[in-house]
This record gives sequence, structure tokens and C-alpha cells, in this order.
Amino acid sequence: MRHELQLLAVILVITCAEIYYSGKDKSGVVPLSIALFGLHALAGWFPIGEGALFGGMYRTHALIHFLKNVLDLGVLVVVLQTAGWVKKQLVPENRVSEFYLLLWSSLLGMYYMISSGDVLMLFIGLEMSTLPVAALAAYEVLRMRSAEAGIKMILMAGLASAITLMGISLLYGATGTFSLTVLSQKLTGTGLETLGFIFFFAGVAFKISLVPFHFWAPDVYEGAPTGIAGYLSVVSKGAAVFILMILLLGFAPALSGIWIGVLYLLAILTMTIGNLFALRQQNLKRFLAYSSVAQAGFILLGFLSAGQDGRASIIYFVLVYIFSNLAAFGVVHSVEAATGKENMDDYEGFYRVNPRLAMVMLLALFSLAGIPPLAGFFGKFFLFMSAAAGGYYVLLLIAVLNTVISLYYYLLIVRAMFLRKSAHPLPVIQNDYWMRASLLICVAGILVLGVSSGVYDYIFGLCVRL
Amino acid sequence: MEGYSYTIWIVLLPFLVFLLTGLSSMYIRPRLAGLIGTGGILITLLLSLLTAAQYFSTAPPESGWPTLIPFDATWLKFNDTLAVHMGILLDPISVMMLVVISVVSSMVHIYSLGYMKGEAGFARYYAFLSLFSFSMYGLVLATNLFQIYFFWELVGVSSYLLIGFYYDRPSAVAAAKKAFIVTRFADFGFLVGILLLSWYSGTFDFVMLNNPDGAAIAGAASATFMGASVLTWALVLIFMGGAGKSAMFPLHIWLPDAMEGPTPVSALIHAATMVVAGVYLVARLFPVYHLSDGPALDIVAWTGAITALFAAVIALTQDDIKRVLAYSTMSQIGYMMLALGVSGYGAEEGLGYTASMFHLFTHAMFKALLFLGAGAVIHAVHSNVMGEMGGLRRYLPITHGAFLVACLAIAGIPPFAGFFSKDEILAAALHHNPAIYGIALLVAGMTALYMFRLYFRVFWGEDRQYHHTPHEAPAVMWAPLILLAVLSAVCGFIPFGQYVTADRLPAGSHLDITIALTASGISVAGILAAMALYRKPSDRPAQIAESLSGLYRLAHRKFYIDEIYLAVTKNVLFKGIAWPAAWFDRHVVDGSMNGIAWVTTRVARAIKGIQSGQVQQYALSFVMGAVALAALFIYWLKR
Repeated sequence: MRHELQLLAVILVITCAEIYYSGKDKSGVVPLSIALFGLHALAGWFPIGEGALFGGMYRTHALIHFLKNVLDLGVLVVVLQTAGWVKKQLVPENRVSEFYLLLWSSLLGMYYMISSGDVLMLFIGLEMSTLPVAALAAYEVLRMRSAEAGIKMILMAGLASAITLMGISLLYGATGTFSLTVLSQKLTGTGLETLGFIFFFAGVAFKISLVPFHFWAPDVYEGAPTGIAGYLSVVSKGAAVFILMILLLGFAPALSGIWIGVLYLLAILTMTIGNLFALRQQNLKRFLAYSSVAQAGFILLGFLSAGQDGRASIIYFVLVYIFSNLAAFGVVHSVEAATGKENMDDYEGFYRVNPRLAMVMLLALFSLAGIPPLAGFFGKFFLFMSAAAGGYYVLLLIAVLNTVISLYYYLLIVRAMFLRKSAHPLPVIQNDYWMRASLLICVAGILVLGVSSGVYDYIFGLCVRL
Repeated sequence: MEGYSYTIWIVLLPFLVFLLTGLSSMYIRPRLAGLIGTGGILITLLLSLLTAAQYFSTAPPESGWPTLIPFDATWLKFNDTLAVHMGILLDPISVMMLVVISVVSSMVHIYSLGYMKGEAGFARYYAFLSLFSFSMYGLVLATNLFQIYFFWELVGVSSYLLIGFYYDRPSAVAAAKKAFIVTRFADFGFLVGILLLSWYSGTFDFVMLNNPDGAAIAGAASATFMGASVLTWALVLIFMGGAGKSAMFPLHIWLPDAMEGPTPVSALIHAATMVVAGVYLVARLFPVYHLSDGPALDIVAWTGAITALFAAVIALTQDDIKRVLAYSTMSQIGYMMLALGVSGYGAEEGLGYTASMFHLFTHAMFKALLFLGAGAVIHAVHSNVMGEMGGLRRYLPITHGAFLVACLAIAGIPPFAGFFSKDEILAAALHHNPAIYGIALLVAGMTALYMFRLYFRVFWGEDRQYHHTPHEAPAVMWAPLILLAVLSAVCGFIPFGQYVTADRLPAGSHLDITIALTASGISVAGILAAMALYRKPSDRPAQIAESLSGLYRLAHRKFYIDEIYLAVTKNVLFKGIAWPAAWFDRHVVDGSMNGIAWVTTRVARAIKGIQSGQVQQYALSFVMGAVALAALFIYWLKR
């Protein structure tokens, strides 16, 4: 519980700061928030004991705690990347503190979700993590697309919640319990349970943006403020992957006959459809949305191996994906903030004017494409190993084929940046220190995770239990 | 094990040079970067020669040439049984490859000092060359499948960078991308193959995999999938990766286009080192291939034979000097694959393996020489097209001499290097499969014909109107030519069978006189034909092309393979799938959004617009998706 209380304390401090600053210039809130959150993220690495609270509704142990730390890392990068935008856009509009409060409430919801030992707690966490993000997606209220993104998000999230809730009630009807532990013992795989499970699953699949629950993603990513799009594509998705992993591998092995089939099908659909839609995108945010749909499909491969290695490969991939995808979003964000441009054509000749940003983007894209020695290569490789371990060769073949297709569209951007000349290149972009720090963290992550074995070993060790 | 610890520097040094020149390329003088790069590679040359001398000078024990692992580190542990290692493995073929790579790479480094002089990005060029050398050394010294795959991809990346070096030339950029994508496509087979093989055998390690009595092979051979054992599937898929890198038919389409890169790069990557990686891969896993007891080796043999013939036919019709060499490379690599495919394991039976490695070695020398010679010619006349050359032997005497040696070597005229290795390949093929022997013999004649067609058209024939008189290249360029010419002339006398055999036991090498006479006779016939047709300008070649117009056009257009690929990818992937997807996205999704914008700019109205728009559609697909899944699986459950 320490971790949650810590974040709650940060939230309260910012609320007080809001009162203190009322009527004054609020730009001081930004560094304060970042510093506080940084401290919180750092303090998270102190080990924490395991245990359960509230009659088993809340539980934690080393792995769960580690997952929260991974999410913190992603949020820290997002907070750094949005600092410039917050200062420029939100300070004059006097909407600074709310931004952080919403963001962190959503994160708090994710903590509860991951730590839940109970279906109701899980549902509350799920809701708590989604609703603030819908508000954030609409944060640039006066920009029509942002408002539209918020509306779409909330409508779809509402629908997802409704279906999830229906699934939960069916499961309750079938087994008569909310407790995950009891549930896992009672599940036998009857038709009613299957129906309940699949409806419940759809709600989580919505957050991971698996096909056919992905339609909201491109629209929302394109419309939402870029930092929030990054948050949605990485942190929100990562949290949902984690909870899915805990639920399926930890509590629903009895239903594995069903969910393995579901994931098998959805993995193929998600990878392939995400990739094919990404092929012809011109808008980079839309492009990244489809690419992240495709990446989600790859993650599902890790679920097919029941052992320790499968879980480790999922967590490792999410960690790598946080760095790679946020690096890409960071560059897109800087360009958009400086020039308002977000199309692929605008990036022609990018390397000549902004060599450093272009290099960051190159690393991010190559990591997403899975080219050694970057971290993304190992992430994918371990996922593939898990699928091979389960004996899913046809799926493996399709997955590897999909990496080839994905390479094609990632190279399109590389080509535009490095190999094309442009009559109207982008201007030289000067980033603030926050953004530079965030990109530095991402690049370090992409490079270090690829060459150091310690991280994977550590995760592997943690995965003994779920 | 003792005394080989320096070998780690063969890999590390180029990497350090890459970092140094790469990071400082903006600040240091280009010339200095070139010298650092060349200095670095020369040190690795010395170390490689030292390794070879040390390795081969110790007499092998009873069990044959040993496998030494002077360096091995656990890098990533996947689970308790499977871990990824990085290390250095020394055995006859890896030591041989060290020598090949270091010699050719050194020559190319030195040569480029002259050839690339004054080019923009000179320092960058050397940084990329170092990166490539690093990856290539890492590849051949790999101790396990994962490491070889890792460096395999790095080789692909650095080759992408080098082919696309002239990035302001659209054709070079397109060629680089094509090479990367096509080989990457092939690598997907490689990766799946590795995963299959390692999962069934529980190891990535070459030593354990290659152990004929090991559990590795038995385990994978017992499981079956779609009518063949998993082992066979894995080996065929791994071979797919090798075929992509080695430009085997039908994955060869990237190699001719890759000639857009600087010519020394072609000599290094597309003649002597990277393109033979596929051959090396099969040789590395040869015991597994041999013991798999399935059609894997036959596939290797026939792919090699078909490529050798196919490429030789195309080479006869090309007019670009580098493209002729590119197809000739394909054809010769096909030869090596064919030799591996027909090889057995022990003593006499293992001749194909020895022959293949021998040919790899000799081919690296004379093909690098041919490319560097072609570079000198291009340097002199500023054109790639043979039609704009002629009579150059008077202007470029050194290049001419070296080129002639290389042509004789590749044609297989005794006593030049190619004669010996080709003879062994033919002998091995004859023992195994007469049909393949016939193809190989035919290709030998065609090789002589197209090489001497090139030679006579460039160096003989009549003078052209040159803008300025062609002159011999500077010493940094012709010195490597001479050295390689000497090597091409004499390295055929190395008793390869003593050192490199499939079962590691030294075997005697002997010349099969009948085959030697037949092959040389056919080669001489090819040369004479080329002489008759091309030594003096005449219209006879045109007449022959005319009389074979259909076939000639087919070969000239490279059998339309590129067009077929293009049609397939364009129609199926883009038009058939991605384009409708994009259309849907643009018109339905974006269109409705634009429609909203058109109706009103006010937010409230926009929301109303969306409500009547596509969110319902999304919601519908969401619900339908969930219901369909549920229906599907409940049905499945009840079944």
C-alpha cells in the first residue's frame, strides 16, 4: 500500500500547491510536480514486503511492485515530455494542476488494478484508470479534434465498461464469488463462464487496443495532445497487458483452453491488421497508433507459454516498448510543438537540420522494428521464443512475417528523414531540458536494455510467482 | 584454448574504430579517418594471419582438427536450460573465413583511400566499413545460432548503409532498401528455423548441435510437422536465410541492384564476404544437414545448381560491367551451394564440402580482384557501360594484367586458383548426381564465355572517344590489385583437403584428370568463342542475339523476376489489402471527420456530428467482435 499512499500524497501536495498558487503565476507547479513525481518513482525502487489487505481485495508482492515501477518510469517520461507543452499551453489557461491530478489519478487506478485480489477492485481500478484519460484526451478543449478524441474515448470506454461489467456479473452468477483466488478454483470452463470471461476480456482488450476493439485508438491518438497519446499507447496499454497477464496466467489456467484460442486468433488479427493499416499512413500520430496496435499483437505471443519465461518475456517487452515508443512520440511531440506539423512528408530532410532528433527517431524506429542490437530486437526475440516453446509454429511464422512488413513502414520514415531532400525542410528545433532529459532516458533504455543481461535476468527471477 | 586470447581483438578493434571514426566524423579530417580505419583493419589482418598460422601449424590430434573456444560469455539467460552466449569459436572454416575477410577487407580499405578520395562523407564511409568488418568477424566467429543471427542482422544493416552511401542518388536509396527488405524477408525463415531447431534441441550451441551422437539432432528429428520432421523444416528455413544473404534464386533480386553502392563496397560485401555468409551458414551446420536424413541437402544442391545456371545465362546478356560481375558472383555462389548439397560426411564422400570451402576461398580472391579492377576501369572512363569502353589495355596496363589473371582464374584455366577448386566441385558432383554435374559443366563453359566477353569488350576492341585520356589509377589502388592477382594465381596450390574437411580428418587432395581435361577444354572453348565474337568489333554478337531474340530478351530482362515480384507485392499487398485499408481509413474515418469540420467549427455541433457518425460503427464492431468471439468459442467448447 505504501506505493499508492505515496502517490496519493503527491496528488495532495499538488492540490495544496494549487490553492497556494491561486491567483498567481502557476508555472512553478510544473517543476514541483516533476520533482515530486521523480521522487515518488525513485522511492518506488525501495523493496516492499508482500501481503494482502482488506480481506484479500488488495494484494502485493515483489513482481506486482516491479510492474508499478515500470509504469512509473513510463509516466515519468510522459511528464517530462509534456512539461514544455504544459508551460506554454496550460499555464496561461490556468489548467496546470488539474492536468497532473488527472494523470496521476489514472496511474493510481492502474496501481489498484494490478494489485487487485478481487474482481470488483479490479473493475474500480480499470474505471479509475480510464476516465481521467478521457478528460486528458479532450484537454485542449478549444481544438475540435481534441474534444472529439475525448468524446470518442469516453463513449467507447463506457461501452467497454458496460460489457466488462456484464462479463463480471455472468462470472459471479456462475461461481458466486468475486475473489480471484476462489474464482480460480471454481472455474471449470462451462458455457456461461466462457461467455462471462470473453465479455470481461473485451474490456481489457479495449485498453490494449486489440483488433477488433482497436478502432478508437487512431482517432484518439491523432486528436489527443501528443503527450497523452504517448501515455495511452504505452502506460495505459502496458498496465492492461500486466493485468491481463496476472489474470490469465495466474488465475485462469482452468480456462486456458478458451483464452489460448482467443489470444491466438486475436494475435494474428491484431498484428496483421495493425501492420496493413500502418503501411499507408501519412499522419505520424496515426501511424504510431497503428504501429502500436501491431505491437500489441506481438505481446500476445508471450501469453502462449505458461512458464516463467513467457511472463518474463511479456514484461521485458513492455519495458522495452515504453522506451522505444515514447522516444518516437517524444520526437513527434517536439516537432509538433515547434512547427505544428505531423505528416511524414514534413520529415523529409529532417536529418540535415536536426541530426540529433533524427538519430533518436532512428533508434526508436529500429528498436520497434526489432533490429539488433537494440532492445526491441531482444524483446521480440524472447516473445518468439515463448511462442516456439508452446509449439505454435504457424502463429510464429505469421508473427515473423509481420515483422518484415513492419520493417517496411518503419523504413519509410527513416528514408524520409535521412535519404530525402526537401524544398521546405523543418526549422532547427530547440527543445527544453525536460524534453531532452526524457529523450535521453529513452535512448539510454533502448541501448542499455539491449546489451545488458542483468535486466532480463532480474525480471525472470521476479516472475517465479504471479 | 591457451594462447588465442588475442582473437577477441579481431572483433573488438573494428568496432572501436567504428565508434571513433563514427563519432568524430564531423570533426576530424577525412584523410585521418581513412587512415585510422585502414590501420585498424591491417592490425586485424595481422592477428587473423597469426591465428591461422598458430591454428594450422599445430598438428591435429587423432580426432581431427579441434574446435577451440577461447572466449565465451553468457549474455542473456532465457530460462534455466536455454541461454544466449557470445563467444569466439575457432575451427578450420572459421579460421579460413577470418583470413578471407581480413585480406579482402584490408585490400578494400587501402584501395578506397584512392577510389573514394574527395567524396563527400569519406569519414562516414570508413566508419561504415569498420562496422561491416566488425559484424562480419562476429558472424564467422560465432559460437552459437543466436550470435550468428545477431551479427547476420548487423551485417544486413551495415550493408544497407553502404549500398545507400550515395544517398542523393534515388536508385542507390531504392537498391539499399530493396536489399534490406529482401534479405530481411529471407531472415524471417532463418529466425523461425533457429527457434524451431533450438527449441527442439534445447541449445543454440554449434558444438552441441553438430555432435552427430548428440540428443540435439535426435530430438528434433523425431517430431514431425506436415509430413516432414521438424528438423528438416528448421534446416530448410535456415537455408532460406542463407539463400537470401547469398542471393540464391529466387531471392537473388537485390544483388544486381546493390551494385549502386561504391565499387569497393561491391568488392567487399557483394563478392567476397557477406554474400558467402549463406554458404558459410550451411557449412557451419553441415553435420546437422547431413544427418537430418531429409530433403534439406537436396534442396541446397538444386537451389545452387539452378542459380548457377540461371545467373550465368543472364550474365551473358548484361552490358553494365558491374552487373555482369554481380550475376557472375551469384553463379559462383550457386556453385558453392551445389558442392555443399552433393557432399557426404566422411573421407571421399566429403569432397563436396572441402571443394565448396576451397571455392569460397579462391573465389573471394579473384572476385574481389575483378571488382576492384572494374573499379579502376570505371575510375578511368567514368562509366559502367561496356559499350563506352574498348581498347583500354593500352591505357591501363596494370589493371589489364591483373584483370586477365582474375578472368583466367574464374574461367578455371590451370594453374590459376579457380581451376583447382572448380575441379573438385565437378568431381564431387559427378560422384553424387550426374544431372547436377552436367549443369555445373555447362556453367563452367558459360562462365568462361561471359567473363571473356567482358574482358575483350573492355580491354580489346577499338578505342572510344574518351573525354580525356584514361590513365592508370594511383598506387594505393593498383597495389591491392597486384597483391590479389598474385593470390589468385597461386592460392590454388594450397592443399585444402589437409585442413578443411567435413569430418575434420585431413584428407588427401587429388586431381581427377578426366574431369580436369573436360572442364578446361570447355572453358577454353568458351574463351575462344568470346575471342571470336568480341575481340574485334563485329556484328556477329548482334546477329546471334537476333536469332535467339526471344531467349535473349528474356535473359536480358533477367527473366522478368523483378517484374513478377513487383506485380505480386504491388497487387496483392498494396492494392489488394493495404490500399483498401488506407481507403477505408481515409474516406470513411477521415472523411467523416472532415465532414464534421465542414458542417461546423463549433465543438458542440461537432459532438452532435460524431454521434451521428462513426462512433456507433466502432461500438458496433466492438460488440460484434465480443459476441462473435463468445459464439465461436462456446461453439468450439460444445463440439
